[in-house]
Amino acid sequence: MGLLRFAVFRFLTMLATLVVVSVFIFLIINLPPGDYLSNQINELRATGQSNGIAKAEFLRQEYSLDQPMWRQYMIWMGFMPGPHGLAGMLQGEFGWSFEFDKPVADLVGGALWMTILVNLAAVVFIYAVALPLGVIAAARSKTWIDYTSALVGYLGLATPNFLLALILFYYGNRYLNLPIGGLMDPQYEGQPMSFDKMKSVLIHLIIPTFVIGTSGAAAMMQRLRANLLDELGKPYVETARAKGMRESSMLVKYPLRVAFNPFVADIGTLIPSLVSGSVLVSVVLGLQTIGPLLLTALKSQDLFLSAFVLMFVALLTLIGTLVSDLLLALLDPRIRFGGRNK
Amino acid sequence: MTALLKVENLTIGFGGAEPVVDDVSFAVEPGETLALVGESGSGKTLSCRAALRILPAAAQLRSGKVLLAGSNGDPEQDLMATSERQMCKIRGERVSMIFQEPMRSLSPLHRIGNQVTEVLRLHKAMGRAEQLKRVLAMFDRVGFKDPERIYESYPFELSGGMRQRAMIAMAMVGRPELLIADEPTTALDVTTQAQVLGLIKDLQKEYGMAVVLVTHDLGVVANMADSVVVMNRGRVMESGPAPLILSDPQHGYTRDLMAAAPEIPATPMDKSKDSERDLILEMKEVSKTFVLKGSSAWKPKTVVHAVRGIEFGVERGKTLAVVGESGSGKTTCARMALGAERADPGASILFRAETGADPINLQDLGRAERLAFQRKAQMVFQDPYSTLNPRMRVKDALCEPMEIHGVGSASDRVDRAIEMLRWVGLSENMLTRYPHAFSGGQRQRLSIARALMLGPTFLVCDEPTSALDVSVQEQVLQLLEEIRDRLKLSYLFISHDLAVVARIADEVAVMRSGLVVEQGPPDQLFYNPQHPYTKALIAAQPEPDINRPINLKIVAQGAGEPSSWPEAFRFDGLAVPPLTQTGPGHKVRCHV
Repeated sequence: MGLLRFAVFRFLTMLATLVVVSVFIFLIINLPPGDYLSNQINELRATGQSNGIAKAEFLRQEYSLDQPMWRQYMIWMGFMPGPHGLAGMLQGEFGWSFEFDKPVADLVGGALWMTILVNLAAVVFIYAVALPLGVIAAARSKTWIDYTSALVGYLGLATPNFLLALILFYYGNRYLNLPIGGLMDPQYEGQPMSFDKMKSVLIHLIIPTFVIGTSGAAAMMQRLRANLLDELGKPYVETARAKGMRESSMLVKYPLRVAFNPFVADIGTLIPSLVSGSVLVSVVLGLQTIGPLLLTALKSQDLFLSAFVLMFVALLTLIGTLVSDLLLALLDPRIRFGGRNK
Repeated sequence: MTALLKVENLTIGFGGAEPVVDDVSFAVEPGETLALVGESGSGKTLSCRAALRILPAAAQLRSGKVLLAGSNGDPEQDLMATSERQMCKIRGERVSMIFQEPMRSLSPLHRIGNQVTEVLRLHKAMGRAEQLKRVLAMFDRVGFKDPERIYESYPFELSGGMRQRAMIAMAMVGRPELLIADEPTTALDVTTQAQVLGLIKDLQKEYGMAVVLVTHDLGVVANMADSVVVMNRGRVMESGPAPLILSDPQHGYTRDLMAAAPEIPATPMDKSKDSERDLILEMKEVSKTFVLKGSSAWKPKTVVHAVRGIEFGVERGKTLAVVGESGSGKTTCARMALGAERADPGASILFRAETGADPINLQDLGRAERLAFQRKAQMVFQDPYSTLNPRMRVKDALCEPMEIHGVGSASDRVDRAIEMLRWVGLSENMLTRYPHAFSGGQRQRLSIARALMLGPTFLVCDEPTSALDVSVQEQVLQLLEEIRDRLKLSYLFISHDLAVVARIADEVAVMRSGLVVEQGPPDQLFYNPQHPYTKALIAAQPEPDINRPINLKIVAQGAGEPSSWPEAFRFDGLAVPPLTQTGPGHKVRCHV
């Protein structure tokens, strides 16, 4: 099976890419001089508090921050044994957050799932909105439907997300009684998943999804419209018409199918832009995603926390491109059978 | 007999402009073939599309009727007044259509079988098994050897001729009463064209359907049509039975068209031969292989032998024509002759700028040598629409070669540009215009003027007329001949069309599968062709003479794979027979 082999091959290249990305992440985080602990030690020295210093020195050894950079990397990834044997990312040990004084795993645990949830909801929203609107705008191009959707789309693109968030919160709460901030009602936090909790999460998701997805949906819609308009001028569309197909079924079967490729290929690039783009929104909306965590971690040079979050985003991106590549291969026989013998 | 389709006083226009189809009327009897003939912009395509109402959105039907006879005694219907729903039933069921570009007229993402069966799904109440049977039978009928495999194939897996066969199968599978074929063979090689035309004719006889054939080629008309409608600028110039119009055209425009149609002359031309051959370009043992990467890391790489062991020379002041179908290696040849592509090691491509000068080998040119060579050798490209930068004025486009080579001052360049414009029959007030203001023929003139700017001695013309209308083609060929003789230029002329080459060439090399299969002076090659492929090329050439129909047997014999050629010429794979001298200057690739 060509497709299966392609999938395995793509998966392996994804793993290799992930390793390369991890090197860059580690390098870039270490670019600014010093690290969280040495900064802390310097500060403690300057203020003459010696009892904290011992703990910080201990942590430095514990997490091998006194080692040369390449060893730090190998230990962090779990390629080489550190003070506690092999205990790195590969082994599921994500390290210690110095800023919050907690293991990274505990800190990000819930936020990971919330991030995935929020972004998945946004992606679904983007596609659900962009697909019908884009198709209608192309099929009825240069009519009032097209112009209206373009106007709404550009408004969506041009409005700053956080502003939209604040406006929606105000009116959503006032007229529709939608909750403000957070991803669930406070009483469910830390509780096991239940039907009520899920309901609360879903209601809380409405506004963030809308806010994060609007600009993406507007851009996607315009791209789909342009692609589809290009396809509508192609001779095979004329062939389909000459066969006696109804306009609507012809549109769906032929040009839309071809215009779908770039639409699908966008999944991969959508995710990172959503995650990084939603940091500010998450801060404004008070969402417990990893966005705000990343911001704090980067500001305070909290090595392991920021490295973990960045790795997580990279993983999401790579999975996104993997999914879109596999979908493309499924959708487009030219990719699947390009090498089939004639 | 009542007409099957009657077009009455049809007028179509765009916006507020003059109509592009003006008061056009014609009628097709059941079972007959009507040819709509005209050059680009004559309105022939719009007229036939109006019959199916698949016009571009901006086109307005201003007046007229399209009457389709009712089936089984129903009254006739005016298709201009039929509801869209009714039209969907007529399209594909009673009237179907074949388009010009088989490469783009099939959806790239759907299997051939799916696209063809769709006609049956839309129009016929029949079960899946029955549909499949009917489609496979149709595939067999249009000449596919393995219908099941074609059913499962995607368009990109088929060649142009195969796709056009698939299009025909799609148009025919619903057994329509009328087939509209819009330039069905224009994008195909001449041998493929002959076979596809033969197929359409056979199917028409078999099913008794009427055909409206839209074409610019009077040769195609002579082979296919019962009656002819000649159109020009949206109006009907002349119409009537084909034999009458082709043998005795009444209208001046028809006569012009007939005169412009390139033809292999009936009697040998006397081209004087010098005994001493003064070669400006000499290619010896020139091969070119391309290595294509395998589709995955595990699969072996494919080696394509684009050109194999070419040996020929271009005489100074003469024209060598290289003729072949797409994929025969002729364009690779041209690129190597210009030093744009490096031949495989062991080749020698020698260029002598002047008689008796030391030859330079294009295989290893230094930077300075290459620059000097480029001033002497220039190219005229195939498509004048895409080889002129739409954002550059004529003046800038013409002066650019001199700027690149640092020749002359700014005013010298403009002077030269004006001179060149005159040479090619354009006027100097065109200097400040942009390419879009010119017609196809004028653009090709500009393209020639640009190639002449540096005062070259050698021109490579890569299908310079194949994108042009016949009458314009005639003028451009005349221009090329004139310039050659006035400026003592030498041409390497690449073409897929033997008839075009017939008038301009002093020597012709016929290529197939990267090999020269026959080479010689035109009088030898055209009147005494030896190789089955050359014979097929000549036989496939549609002639505007109703008494000289295409002999499909000869075409089929020579146009097949080299392994199917007669014993003396047959080869398979890399071991090929040698190029053997059979007469003065006449070589044929055969086993002796």
